[in-house]
Amino acid sequence: MRSLAVRRRREWALAYALVIPALVIFAVFTFYPFIQNFKLALYQNPPYPGLPSHFVGLSQVTSTLTSTSFLQSLESTFEFVLLVVPIGLFGGLMLALAAHKKLKGMAIYQVIFSSTVVSSVAVAAVVFGTLMDPVVGLLPWLGLNPHPAILSNPTWALPAVAVIAIWQFLGLSFIIMTAGLQSMPEEVLEAARLDGARAPTMFFRVTIPLLSPTIFFGLVIGTIYAFQSFGQIDILIGPQNAAFTHTNVLLYYVYTALSVQNNPGLAAVLSIVLFVILLSVTLLQFRFLERRVHYASN
Amino acid sequence: MPATEVQATTRPRSHSRKATLKTVLRYAFLTLGAFIVLFPVYMAVVNSLLEPSQIAHQPPPFFPTNPQWHTYPDAWKGGSLGIYLRNSAIQTAIIVAGQLVTSILAAYAFAFLDFPFKRAIFFAFLMTLMIPFEVTVATNLTTVTSLGWFNTFPGLTVPFLATGFGVFLLRQAFLQIPRDLKEAAQLDGYGHMRFLWSVAIPLARPAIAALGVFSFLGAWNQYLWPLLVTGNNNAVRTVQIGLKQLLNTQLDQINVSLAGTIIAIAPLVLLLIVFQKQLVRSLTAGAVK
Amino acid sequence: MAKVLFEGVSKRFGDVAAVDQLDLEIADGELLVLLGPSGCGKTTALRMVAGLEEVSDGSLSIGDDVVNDVDPKDRDVAMVFQSYALYPHMTVARNIEFPLRQQRMDAAERTAKVAEAAGTLGLGELLDRKPGQLSGGQRQRVALARAIVRDPKVFLMDEPLSNLDAKLRVQTRADIVSLQRRLGTTTIYVTHDQVEAMTMGHRIAVMQGGKLQQVAPPEELYERPANTFVAAFLGSPGMNLLEAERVGDKLITPAGEINVPEHLSAVLDGPVTLGIRPEGLHLSTSGLAGTILLVEMLGAETQVHCSLEGGATVVVRQGHDAQRPTLGDPVVVGVDAAALHAFGPDGTRVAGT
Repeated sequence: MRSLAVRRRREWALAYALVIPALVIFAVFTFYPFIQNFKLALYQNPPYPGLPSHFVGLSQVTSTLTSTSFLQSLESTFEFVLLVVPIGLFGGLMLALAAHKKLKGMAIYQVIFSSTVVSSVAVAAVVFGTLMDPVVGLLPWLGLNPHPAILSNPTWALPAVAVIAIWQFLGLSFIIMTAGLQSMPEEVLEAARLDGARAPTMFFRVTIPLLSPTIFFGLVIGTIYAFQSFGQIDILIGPQNAAFTHTNVLLYYVYTALSVQNNPGLAAVLSIVLFVILLSVTLLQFRFLERRVHYASN
Repeated sequence: MPATEVQATTRPRSHSRKATLKTVLRYAFLTLGAFIVLFPVYMAVVNSLLEPSQIAHQPPPFFPTNPQWHTYPDAWKGGSLGIYLRNSAIQTAIIVAGQLVTSILAAYAFAFLDFPFKRAIFFAFLMTLMIPFEVTVATNLTTVTSLGWFNTFPGLTVPFLATGFGVFLLRQAFLQIPRDLKEAAQLDGYGHMRFLWSVAIPLARPAIAALGVFSFLGAWNQYLWPLLVTGNNNAVRTVQIGLKQLLNTQLDQINVSLAGTIIAIAPLVLLLIVFQKQLVRSLTAGAVK
Repeated sequence: MAKVLFEGVSKRFGDVAAVDQLDLEIADGELLVLLGPSGCGKTTALRMVAGLEEVSDGSLSIGDDVVNDVDPKDRDVAMVFQSYALYPHMTVARNIEFPLRQQRMDAAERTAKVAEAAGTLGLGELLDRKPGQLSGGQRQRVALARAIVRDPKVFLMDEPLSNLDAKLRVQTRADIVSLQRRLGTTTIYVTHDQVEAMTMGHRIAVMQGGKLQQVAPPEELYERPANTFVAAFLGSPGMNLLEAERVGDKLITPAGEINVPEHLSAVLDGPVTLGIRPEGLHLSTSGLAGTILLVEMLGAETQVHCSLEGGATVVVRQGHDAQRPTLGDPVVVGVDAAALHAFGPDGTRVAGT
């Protein structure tokens, strides 16, 4: 016979034992580096590796935030996100609507449309890199061969990598939209049909509002995805490319600051900016969109 | 009334004709979509089988008239793809297993146990979802290097052995297990660990499978971290980084690079076909209640 | 086999006492029904015996041992849950075997015990099915089999029939009773259904607001309710209650007067609450005045709801050959004074009646 207090304490011990593995990983590899960023941002690394970094206060933060390359990077990032998210979501929605019908062969279409979700960024980059190659690709045949070549072209390089990201995002977007459509209450659609609603009315007055939580979810996920893509750029463009400054999205900037420029201070400042942007974009979306979103009552 | 009679007899036919037309248009749209999605991959397969002389040919060949199957063994050998795939498999297996174990354990504690600071710890787990891994790489690289893990499997995997998303997904699944089952097992003498093993895990299997697929995708397709933490030898380099290498070193042999790409993507295509349902479930876990 | 003893047992959730100072002894081999409306504390009392709720105050014993601090698994009790709590991923055989796997017992012995329990409940054909493939009644029997297979000291049943349809409920009621009588295992049975309570229990303990109201065999509970709550709760419909005042040899109510019956004449004085079962009332020419409110024809009998002058409502039970009254008609309700119960101002039965 054990007293209640002992038994309760044993339950606590068990609970901590279960939680601690995850908690330790998070503490070391998420919370500590996250907090460390704020310290690193205050220290500047000398231009020659090997020398110790020294405390510079906020000057590194202000100089980074006002630098041309940062502003250029910010602009590229938003341009990239604004290309990828709306087009990816709209494409996914169209495909999902078309495939959401009990007809022969729909299962095959659904596998095809969701397939790009398994493609890695490296795979997508290699596949599209070939198609966009000025010599072996399809562009000359299509009569679209800008000079300099599309992936070295300051104007076209960013849209070109955005196309790759859209293609990759399409699968996830399709899956999200399909799940949303499948969870839509069938009776509401039938009631609207019985009320004599025509197709466009149905779409804008019934389907879209009912699907709005799903679209909202897709928007949040898509935005996070777009802010975190840079592999296509690293593989297809790279720091030596003429189009580099126009495709240097924020996360790629973090990577080059770290591994090309060897500058953790700069990388920390950029990381904080990236975090603040992601957090505020997510919160903004929740604030302005969630309110208008129609949630079907359960 | 004759007017309604006429309507009644003609309407179904025109209606069905319209429906047929709509169905045809629907299939046309779907096929166009499938074409757009698959075309890049199809061209990669075609290009991987071309003779070197055909590659730069304009207009580009859309069908390999004389398929060069040897590009696949070439890519396998020349690009050390075998090693990369093995590394990716090891890295992915460790991450998937680790995430499943840590998530199951923590989710069980949050779902079935009471302990001090439960809410605070849960909130901390929630916070990890708001911090993308990318903003922590700078310090993590230092940490991993100082632990002597640079260019090792621990360095590649340990930072990913826990996932906030996984804890939430499984906690949700565990909470759906009726309380009565836990109490019945308790009366029958089953402690927490035995209940977890013989009841909770079997009942949460769909969610666990979904998390497994999700972790697999995430781990296999990792790019930034392997790029930073793997060295210049092939000891632990994963296939994603290997592909970049392949592209850089074999510029003159695009067909071989593409063959390598196809090899690298094959395991995932298989995964997609086999685990389609779990995949959809895991990717939409937050979308629909 | 063991008795269960509550001595001043309370369970508090914050400031609310779900069970308040419960004193109750369940004899070895008895089937005791805990009866009461939802939220009366009967399930909490049961869960304290199981060890699923801690005892806040008092002492709870099973057999000769105080079990307040004993782990549920060490109490040797088996519980049948309202939801049955079957493991959906295990076969019927595995479900029944589950409690045994925790004990040191070889496989052959386990299989024999499972077969025996399954045979007792007629589940022999279903051993390989999963709970999802069973009907409600079959699931219920699996839950029972899982409880008996362990041969525990005490069975705890928490509304085990409430998920069955009416017909099956009657059958299963009888099955549980005969099973309990045969095994002779002490059983605590929680229900809010008084028909179940009346037909199954050796004794019934009625609870309300966390407090024990009365514990007695079914007949006594019906014939001598200890207070107005028990009087009104038992029977369908429950006992009619009327406010009255004794003046001389009359009981005065707003709707009319009743002669003080012999069995009450020595004990009544001043204000009193009179209780009378519907079968103690009849439509008559002399008695209490009112109007017909509702007539419910139930086949063998008819229940006539009357609104008496002064506001009280009473139900009169009529045989099916009686003439059926018309709604809204004035009526006079005759009282069989010998069947009157009397309760004091605090609601408890007047002593000596």
